[in-house]
Amino acid sequence: MLLQRLNTEMRHVCGRSAPLRVMEVCGTHTMAVGRQGLRRRLPDGLRLISGPGCPVCVTDSGYLETALKLATRGVGIATFGDLLHVPTADGDSLAACRARGGRIQVCYSPLDALRAAVAEPVREWVFLAIGFETTIAPVLVTLERAKMAGVANFSLLVAFKRVLPAMEAVLSDGRTSIDGFLCPPHVSTVIGASAYWSIAARYGRPCVIAGFEPLDILAGLMEIVRLVAEGRAEVRNAYARVVTEYGNPHAQRMIAKWLEPCSVPWRGLGELPDSGYRLRVAYQQFDAERRHDVQIMSSPGAPGCRCGDVIAGRMDPPACPLFGEGCTPDSPVGPCMVSSEGSCAAWFKYERVEATSA
Amino acid sequence: MRLVEISGDGRAVAESDGLRLEVDVSLIECPQPGEYVIVHAGFAIERLDTEEAEAQLAFFEDLARASRGGEATAAS
Repeated sequence: MLLQRLNTEMRHVCGRSAPLRVMEVCGTHTMAVGRQGLRRRLPDGLRLISGPGCPVCVTDSGYLETALKLATRGVGIATFGDLLHVPTADGDSLAACRARGGRIQVCYSPLDALRAAVAEPVREWVFLAIGFETTIAPVLVTLERAKMAGVANFSLLVAFKRVLPAMEAVLSDGRTSIDGFLCPPHVSTVIGASAYWSIAARYGRPCVIAGFEPLDILAGLMEIVRLVAEGRAEVRNAYARVVTEYGNPHAQRMIAKWLEPCSVPWRGLGELPDSGYRLRVAYQQFDAERRHDVQIMSSPGAPGCRCGDVIAGRMDPPACPLFGEGCTPDSPVGPCMVSSEGSCAAWFKYERVEATSA
Repeated sequence: MRLVEISGDGRAVAESDGLRLEVDVSLIECPQPGEYVIVHAGFAIERLDTEEAEAQLAFFEDLARASRGGEATAAS
């Protein structure tokens, strides 16, 4: 039904020689699109591109190498489960480290990491603090609790990232063309719908925030198609049941209190100014790099790995020579194939049916 | 998820489809039992605005009605 409407809307933009390219910037959208079988049901002339919306995937290889260095020293590493099987350039992983006796604790919540540190006070614990704004706020609440409780053996290896600079980098890249964005719904609950006006105004691309359900996604795409057809580079909040105009003030206050923006390396996009956060100097005791005298160095991925190009929307996963041939969810070469929000993992699981049945 | 119990220290219990989960509500202004929230990594990150949710549902229902009307016209 909505697909019919989408087809109707697409007729307004027919006559374009190239397909309309919409980028979704949320790993959960990537997975939802795959799981719901939406991609192959979209009208001809509308291409949905996955962008840098998977926090594990955009994390540079060097970060994991630093985490493994700490684990080798006997530091307890608390991590979201997603990072466990991500390979380094030479094929090591936190899972392999754990098998060798490394103290690795998988967490659903950053509070689990704090509990691990409190339960084992004689060991230093480091939480692998990766994530976009949605995750950053919960991690900071956890730090607040650690500080209030006087926990002395807990710190963060920080690789927080901001979504907006990545969207700008994709548009500035020149190697891929994007006509509009399906914006990340839960990041948007923190930063607010108004955050995307800078993209719309500066780059002339419509931005629509939509939820994860099939109707949400299709309605969001329909809105983008309509805005492109009318030549209107505007922001639309199609997830107003959760996303407000200015976002979550508590989360924003926590971010402003604990963090300051800084340049960080993104897999596939290079070093982007003001695209990440670091702990303010006042909270250095919680910064694992300072506490443990390590430095996260940028490091290239495994030879042949094209995750960077997939993340930046320059190619679809099947175009990677390693896709399904040497790189699979069971034996991944890069993060996109093994992360629960990775584009390659989504394509491998949900988009290969037609290819294999052809 | 729906909040069912609120402690005073930023902790709460949320429920969904019979599953009960401890969630942190420090990022929500004045959380109330019975409210629906979005939960991420064990934290309620925003409450659900039921009026907006109902408006969205009405929008989808209107689309469905319009589509069925179009199908009926096409069939006749």
